[in-house]
Amino acid sequence: MNDYLEFAFLLFAGALSAGLLGALSGLGGGVVIVPLLTLVFKVDIHYAIGASLIAVIATSTGAASAFVKEGYSNIRIAMFLEMATTLGAIVGAFVAKDLAPDTIAIIFGCMLVYSSFASLTEPKFPADFKVSKLAAKLKMNGDCPSPAGPKPYKVYNIFGGFSLMTVAGVLSGLLGIGSGAVKVLAMDKVMKIPFKVSTATSNFMIGVTAAASAGIYLHRGYIDPAISMSVMLGALVGSIIGARYMVKVKVKSLRYVFSVVILGLAAEMIYNGISHKF
Amino acid sequence: MNGSKLKLKWGDPDMELIISRLMRYGIVLASLIVIIGCVTFLAKHGSEKPHYSQFVGQPEQFTNVSGIISSLTSMNGLGLIAFGLLVLIGIPVMRVAFSIASFMVEKDKTYVIITCIVFALLLFSLFGQQ
Repeated sequence: MNDYLEFAFLLFAGALSAGLLGALSGLGGGVVIVPLLTLVFKVDIHYAIGASLIAVIATSTGAASAFVKEGYSNIRIAMFLEMATTLGAIVGAFVAKDLAPDTIAIIFGCMLVYSSFASLTEPKFPADFKVSKLAAKLKMNGDCPSPAGPKPYKVYNIFGGFSLMTVAGVLSGLLGIGSGAVKVLAMDKVMKIPFKVSTATSNFMIGVTAAASAGIYLHRGYIDPAISMSVMLGALVGSIIGARYMVKVKVKSLRYVFSVVILGLAAEMIYNGISHKF
Repeated sequence: MNGSKLKLKWGDPDMELIISRLMRYGIVLASLIVIIGCVTFLAKHGSEKPHYSQFVGQPEQFTNVSGIISSLTSMNGLGLIAFGLLVLIGIPVMRVAFSIASFMVEKDKTYVIITCIVFALLLFSLFGQQ
């Protein structure tokens, strides 16, 4: 890296690609930004996590408006589950303080491996699954837009989803990611919410979750303005482009592309963590 | 939840659309501040060599809300960026505040309480430490 100008430009380009992939897959740009900053740009993992959180807020908020327009996101589900994610995020941010960078990198790598496999397995729908009464009481059931008109859906297993969302929050605060993978898993697979509704609602929640840990990271000096500026702007542009094409791109092919990228990054994060390169 | 545009209420899909548009303006504002800060910073320090392989943290003034706001008076590039980032962090917080109002108008007590809990947690994160 020669100077700040070059650094800023390359970082912008990298963050743009990360934001694009993150928005298209619904997993958020953060998953790729920490490996990008630490492995490619050799930035300290603390700064990487801080900048990633900023990117996560920007992409989630930027894409959320596009999703609202399409009518996929469900505000009630989001708000209810945000109690779990924000609390988890604050806990995660406090825990991160006491962990060594290498440990964080290894946890990060494991999370990437998990995200990769989770996005490949198909959700199962047991026929005799019980609809949650609490979901009806909390007015969570809604309609999902489809080519054949609005398709009603019901929400299952709220407690399972809520617990998993707490884990998503902790991971978000610990690793500076949106943990969209776990959020989508909780909604799509545990609560049986349609994939596109899960993705859009997850996107809506990610910004709030990330903001909950961003405050704590700011106090700790993890958010560096010079790194964060390029990462924020790049990820934002990428996510806006991505969100525009979300409805048109086939869900499955997207998951495969993203999974392969993520597995490679995971291997390198874990290897570098074990060999104390952070 | 009827599609009628005449009765625009909080919580209506149309209202959601308006809120989401407001959020987008927030993003544009934050981005503009960051871009101005970015240009100011790069014009002055663009040819210097960055050193981020070791963590040293941030100057005291960039680690809290009041410090960032008061650093604006010096028109420092990094200070402007930090302020833009703060505006960005504030957007989801504002979004949650809007939702509280929205659920209050709908007289949905359960969701007013739920949303207030989320809001309190966010305020704790931003202002709650020393």
